[in-house]
Amino acid sequence: MKDQLRQYIVNYMIHDPRYQLKDDEALITGGLVDSFSLVELAVYIEQEFGVHFDDPELTAENMDTLNKIVANIEAKQ
Amino acid sequence: MPFATLIEQVQHLLETQPDRECVTLITHNDEYTLTYREFFDKAAGYASMFKIANLQNGDLVVLVLQHGEAVICGFWGALLMGSVPSIFPFLSDKQNPQSYFNSIRQLVALSGVKAILTSTEFEQGLRDVLDGIDVRILTIEMLVENGIDIDTNPLVVGAGDTAFLQHSSGSTGLQKGVMLSHRAVMNQITSYSAAIRLSPDDVIVSWLPLYHDMGLIAGFIMPIVQGIKLVLMSPFHWVRDPQILLRAIDCHRGTLCWLPNFAYNFLATRIPNNALENLDLSSMRAFINCSEPIHAESHRLFAERFAQCGLRTDALTTCYAMAENTFAVTQSSIGAAVRVDTVDRRELMDKRLAIPTVDNSDGMSLVSCGEPIAGCEIKIVDVDRQLLTERQIGEIALRSNSMLSGYYHRPELSQQVMHDGWYFTGDMGYIADKELYITGRKKDLIIVGGKNIYPQDIENLLNEIGGIHPGRIAVFGLFNEQLGTEDIAIVAEADSEDEEVRTAIKREIRARIAQNTDVTARYVQLVEERWVIKTSSGKVARDANRQKFIQEFLSPDK
Repeated sequence: MKDQLRQYIVNYMIHDPRYQLKDDEALITGGLVDSFSLVELAVYIEQEFGVHFDDPELTAENMDTLNKIVANIEAKQ
Repeated sequence: MPFATLIEQVQHLLETQPDRECVTLITHNDEYTLTYREFFDKAAGYASMFKIANLQNGDLVVLVLQHGEAVICGFWGALLMGSVPSIFPFLSDKQNPQSYFNSIRQLVALSGVKAILTSTEFEQGLRDVLDGIDVRILTIEMLVENGIDIDTNPLVVGAGDTAFLQHSSGSTGLQKGVMLSHRAVMNQITSYSAAIRLSPDDVIVSWLPLYHDMGLIAGFIMPIVQGIKLVLMSPFHWVRDPQILLRAIDCHRGTLCWLPNFAYNFLATRIPNNALENLDLSSMRAFINCSEPIHAESHRLFAERFAQCGLRTDALTTCYAMAENTFAVTQSSIGAAVRVDTVDRRELMDKRLAIPTVDNSDGMSLVSCGEPIAGCEIKIVDVDRQLLTERQIGEIALRSNSMLSGYYHRPELSQQVMHDGWYFTGDMGYIADKELYITGRKKDLIIVGGKNIYPQDIENLLNEIGGIHPGRIAVFGLFNEQLGTEDIAIVAEADSEDEEVRTAIKREIRARIAQNTDVTARYVQLVEERWVIKTSSGKVARDANRQKFIQEFLSPDK
C-alpha cells in the first residue's frame, strides 16, 4: 500500500518518477502536495483502498507523511 | 448611492434597516447570522479597542486573523474610526511560521504599520519578530463589550481619505499596498452594482479569501454597503469540502458568486454524484469568472456538470478586475451567454492581431471579459504607449473614477505604472466590438488558483541552495487543463549525477517554496549546466525556458 501511494505521488502528483520519496518525508510542509492535491490524494485512496477521509481529517497533521497516511488508512480498514 | 463615504452609507443602513440580515457565517459545525445591528455592534467593539490603543486617523492596521467573525468585524471597526485596515493572508498548513512572521515584519517595517490585530496564539511569535519596532500588537481577546456609538460618532473622514489598503499578494518580494479612497470604493460599488444589476433580493455566497480584491470587494464590502445578504465561508474549509459552497447556494437561495477559473474545474470534478441529487442551483443569476485567465473549457465542464441542478448556461459570466481599480474593470452582460472569439493562432502569435478564423482550422478560443463598467475607460497601447485599434493586441490601460490613489509609501512604483491619469496594467489583450479579451501578460506573473506569484521571488528564494548554480534557475507557469489554472515549474542547473543527491536538492527546493510562499511547486526539474536560457541582458528568459521545458520534458514522445 505504501509503495502504491509512493508511486502515485511521484508519478502523477509531482511528475518525477526518479524522486526518492521517503516514508517519513513531509508531503505538505515539504512542498510536494498542496491542499488541492491532498483532496485528489484522498479521492485516490478511496478508490484504491475503499477508505474515506472526512474533510476535517485532511490536515497536515494527519496526512503529512506516507507513514501517517498508511497508519490512518489501516486504522479505518 | 448618495453618500460620500463608506461610513455614512453604513450609518444610513443602521438607521433604516438595523434588523436586516447582514452576514451568515458558515463554520465547520454550524452557521449563524448577524443582523446589521449585531454586526456593527461587534465592529464598534473593535473600533473602541483601536481607540483605547490610541490609533489615529489614517493609521495603518494590519489584520492577521483566520477567516471568520473577528477579521470582518475588526476590518469595519478600524474603518469606522478612520484608521486604514488591511487584511494579511493567513498562515497556511504548510508555511513555516517563522518565515510567515518575517514577511509580516517586512511589511510592518516598510509600510509603517501602526497596529496589528491578531489572536493570542500568534501574539508571542509576532512580539518576538517585531521586537524593537514601534507597532502595537492587539489581540481579539482584548475586545471590549461596549463599543463606540457609531450612529452618532462624529465623522472623521472625507471622501478623499484612504478607506483601506489592498496588498498585492507578492510572496517574498516587497509588498505593494494599493491605497483606495472612500470615493474610489463608493464609485466602484455604484458602477459595478449597475453592471451586475444588483438588487435587494440578491444573495451573495462566497468562499474567497479577503486579502484579495475579488473576495474583499465583491464578496464582502459591496454586499455589506449595499444591504445585500452575504453568506461567507472560509477558503480553507471550502478547499477541503467544496460542496459547502453549493449547499450554501441551495439553502440560502444564492444568486451571485465570484470564482477564479480553477474553481470551475475543481467543483466540476470534485463533487460526487450523490451530492448532486436534490441540489438546486436554479436561484443563481450569475457565477462570475474573475481573477485568472478564463477558459471556455472550464465553463463547459461546469455547465455540463451542474445542468442537472438547474444551472443555466447564461448564468456563467466573466469579469476583468484588479485591486488598482478597486475591483472590476469590465463585466460581461448578466443574463446573456458570454461571447467567445475564435481567432487565428498564427496571426495572433506572429502579427499580434486577433483575426477571426473562417474555418476554425487553427483557431484559438478566447472568452470575452465584457464591456467596461460605468465610469471606466480602457484602451490598448503598444510598447511606446501609443494607441492601437480594434483587434490589435497590446497592453491594456485604464482610466476610471475608482482607481488607486497610489501605492502606500511607494511613490516610485506609482510613477512607473501611472501616466496622464491612465493606469498601465501589464496585461495584454484586444478590444473587439467594445468587449475586452485578455491574451496574456507583459510581466512574467504566474497566477495559481487566483494567487499572483512573481517568478523572481521564487528564483531569489532558491539561489543559495547548495548544489545548484546560483542565478541559473528558471521559474514559470504551465497551464494545467485539468485544474483550469497554472502549475508552477522550476528548472535549476545542477552538476551531481547521484540520484540521492539530486533528490535532496529537489527536496530542499520544494520545502523552501512551501514554507516561504503560499504555493507549492508541481514540477521541479534539475538540468545540466548551460540549460537555462538567458536574454542578452542576462535575465532569465522565462518564456523561452518554458517552451524548451515543454519540448524536452512534457512532449508525448518523451
